[in-house]
Amino acid sequence: MATTADTFQAHHDEHHHHDADHKPAFFARWFMSTNHKDIGTLYLIFAIMAGIVGGAISGFMREELREPGLQIMGQVAMWLNGGAFDFDQATHTWNVLITAHGLIMVFFMVMPAMIGGFGNWFVPLMIGAPDMAFPRMNNISFWLTVAGFCSLMFSLFVPGGVGNGAGTGWTVYAPLSTSGSVGPAVDFAIFALHLAGAGSILGATNFITTIFNMRAPGMTLHKMPLFVWSVLVTAFLLLLALPVLAAAITMLITDRNFGTTFFDPAGGGDPVLYQHLFWFFGHPEVYIMILPGFGMISQIIATFSRKPVFGYLGMAYAMVAIGVVGFVVWAHHMYTTGLDVNTKMYFTAATMVIAVPTGIKIFSWIATMWGGSLEFKSPMVWALGFIFLFTVGGVTGVTLANGGVDDNLHDTYYVVAHFHYVLSMGAVFSIFAGFYYWFPKMSGRWHSELLAHLHFWGFFIGVNVIFFPMHFLGMQGMPRRYPDYTPAYAYWNEIATYGYHIMAASMLLFFVNIAYALIAGKRAPGNYWGEGATTLEWSLSSPPPFHQFETLPVIEDHHSHHDHIGSSTATAH
Amino acid sequence: MIPGVFARKRPHLLALFLAAFAFLIAPQASFAQAQAESASVADRASPNVASETEPLAEAAEASTGVVTEAAPTFDYYGPEMIKGQPEPGNWDFQGQYSEDGDFALWMHDAILLPMMVGISLLVLGLLLWVVTRYNRRANVVPSKTSHNTVIEVIWTLVPVLILVAIAIPSITLLARQYESPSEDAVTIKATGYQWYWGFTYPDYGGFEIISNMKDEAEALADGEPPQLAADKRMVVPVGTEIRLQTTGADVIHSFGVPSLWFKLDAVPGRLNERRLVIEEPGIYYGQCMELCGARHAYMPIAIEARPRAEFEAWVLAQGGTIPGPDDAPAPPEPAGLQEPESSIEGAPGAGAPPTEDTAPAGGAMAAPTT
Repeated sequence: MATTADTFQAHHDEHHHHDADHKPAFFARWFMSTNHKDIGTLYLIFAIMAGIVGGAISGFMREELREPGLQIMGQVAMWLNGGAFDFDQATHTWNVLITAHGLIMVFFMVMPAMIGGFGNWFVPLMIGAPDMAFPRMNNISFWLTVAGFCSLMFSLFVPGGVGNGAGTGWTVYAPLSTSGSVGPAVDFAIFALHLAGAGSILGATNFITTIFNMRAPGMTLHKMPLFVWSVLVTAFLLLLALPVLAAAITMLITDRNFGTTFFDPAGGGDPVLYQHLFWFFGHPEVYIMILPGFGMISQIIATFSRKPVFGYLGMAYAMVAIGVVGFVVWAHHMYTTGLDVNTKMYFTAATMVIAVPTGIKIFSWIATMWGGSLEFKSPMVWALGFIFLFTVGGVTGVTLANGGVDDNLHDTYYVVAHFHYVLSMGAVFSIFAGFYYWFPKMSGRWHSELLAHLHFWGFFIGVNVIFFPMHFLGMQGMPRRYPDYTPAYAYWNEIATYGYHIMAASMLLFFVNIAYALIAGKRAPGNYWGEGATTLEWSLSSPPPFHQFETLPVIEDHHSHHDHIGSSTATAH
Repeated sequence: MIPGVFARKRPHLLALFLAAFAFLIAPQASFAQAQAESASVADRASPNVASETEPLAEAAEASTGVVTEAAPTFDYYGPEMIKGQPEPGNWDFQGQYSEDGDFALWMHDAILLPMMVGISLLVLGLLLWVVTRYNRRANVVPSKTSHNTVIEVIWTLVPVLILVAIAIPSITLLARQYESPSEDAVTIKATGYQWYWGFTYPDYGGFEIISNMKDEAEALADGEPPQLAADKRMVVPVGTEIRLQTTGADVIHSFGVPSLWFKLDAVPGRLNERRLVIEEPGIYYGQCMELCGARHAYMPIAIEARPRAEFEAWVLAQGGTIPGPDDAPAPPEPAGLQEPESSIEGAPGAGAPPTEDTAPAGGAMAAPTT
């Protein structure tokens, strides 16, 4: 509550004069950081950088697909290969771009932004902890991610078979990634996943330990803000899924370099085994990318409705259910590999089950707004966009869940449309919602709300124009991962490319907005969203002191259990 | 091809089509009485089905296994017979030409599409309602409601019911798609190579057709869609059960034909198998649907479905043999393990790797424009 927040503020100011705001010098602060907020900032900057690279690559892809025939892949091949290129190198370059786009956006944009960035920044703040449990491990989590990104970038410029770069797709399926790709590029790409994966596993253990052990007195698990819940579930998914990926890609490495035949039928192996291992990681991975978004959307909807989240426990356990069920649906990515009919029936049924907890979340968000007093600040607008677009991506997911129907849609643009609706619109909309929600808190300065709204509308229109026609392309049978297509597919592809331009223009507004805020933005008070913002980070100044909560806040249970979310009753005495 | 040739063949074609239709009806009758699996078991057990469909007049001619002399030329269908291809600007599925495809398309159009549109509009409507009704001007004092057990139970159970309603036809569709082909089904093995397809006919002497993409000029000259047209089509009998097997020679490919609702990965070291019945004569285009390297986008599949007699004429023109009645009910051995049976000298056997001559892997490719 607002009064609570003020009390906290006063409490904290006392400490400012001691050592709370003593910051190390530049190099020590940003390169050897053990401060969760600084590491969060590093993660966010890193995610923005990686997002620029990944987004630029998708620009090359959309330009290539603007019309039938090869347009610009030859040019890009020249950049990657340094000089002359042939036809195969041009088409290989396409495969390199789709691989890099997927890996960058998944491992180096969405995950660092959500978990590394917002998770690091706000999990300790929301649970009333001074920092993460293992600050130095936090540091190496970040730098491992950076090293992974460097390894992936390096892979673009070393031989990967026909041309430079790894052209295996982000799934790195064997045998294309083993016997099918000669040269070190695929090794570097795989090593990138090892590094990023190791960083994520360390980060996950850090979050789990922090959340279980460092909550402020009185903050029981059932009073934790939903964003913290979402990061907790995500951390468990990371901890259980990533080792499987690590095992799978290590086997790829040994198949490639040390003569093993895990995935080579000539030596008794099986390429489909790799797919099982990959998707046992890969499906939880898609929930890893969206669950923290769910958490952020819950905080934002409640704040701007000035209402507690509807059905708090249902919301928390819906995320747990999504996480659990997410581990037993992986083979729906493999419907056409020749699965047994009973297997396919099981995975069809199990996959559709996930729609139930997801539906609970969608309806609970709407119920949170129902009867509320909605204020359409930029985070809220992004959150509203998220709910609708994620629903659209969700219902096409139910269609794809049907193994028999998927026989036609698998590996077509329908799938591309589906997962961009849940990621490029679901995850990314929640990232922008969280960004505008917390940017003044993190930086101490206001962004322009006008630009943020313009950014929203440009992005909303742009991504819909890009991705909605892809449903039609997929139903018409256009396969994924094609640099070139028969002229019948030209119509929707051209429209999608125009959508990219709209989206890219709106992203310029985003960067202008950040620059504006950092240069000329108004100072933001501690709780700039007003009475709807009730979690503990709003009790601190903007930006928060370098070290916060040196005296732990105490969360008291004033109201009946049902009446509050998270720490809405936080008080300090 | 020349329209006149087609016109001449039409009565003949019609008769065969009717025969094929009758053949299609037969298993359906048993469907009505029993579940999908048990029906297909019954089909396999019944010798009648196997013996009735095989002795077509043309097949009988070649029943002794002797290859007819005059078989070198074969008129392929012209562009007027193209049925399975994408349409510019279309926003629906391609028209379906298989029973399973019809069922799947019905399931999408009648169940899944209304579900998707309905739920999306419901959520959109609710959002618009809360935005107009509960904005700060319209509703200054927010309620503190955070719980309503009844509505939470409703929005949990109603989706469950919707999903059950989807699951029933979905499971039915899967059962249909996984029906085993009967013993006398025509076995065709599609092998994915980097970057072309090989189609082997083990029942007909085990010859392999190597199918490369036509280059753009050639495809346009022939009135075919560029990048979908192939120099050699996979010719199959229409209205007949096909036991389509796929495997990969180097990396994973995927045999996907949108207008037949068919997609099966071609995995090295595995032999995937699925039943396929094409309902109408025509040309059906497909493409490789699993990333397989640089020319992934340039290895189309062109299926030409012909009446049985024409199919057999094509087989002979390729140097294959027509099995006699003694050979017909042979146990359905996996094609990959079968020995080549060709009586034609020089015909490649099943699974024989293509030579450099038969597989000009990149000859058809034009240089990039930039």
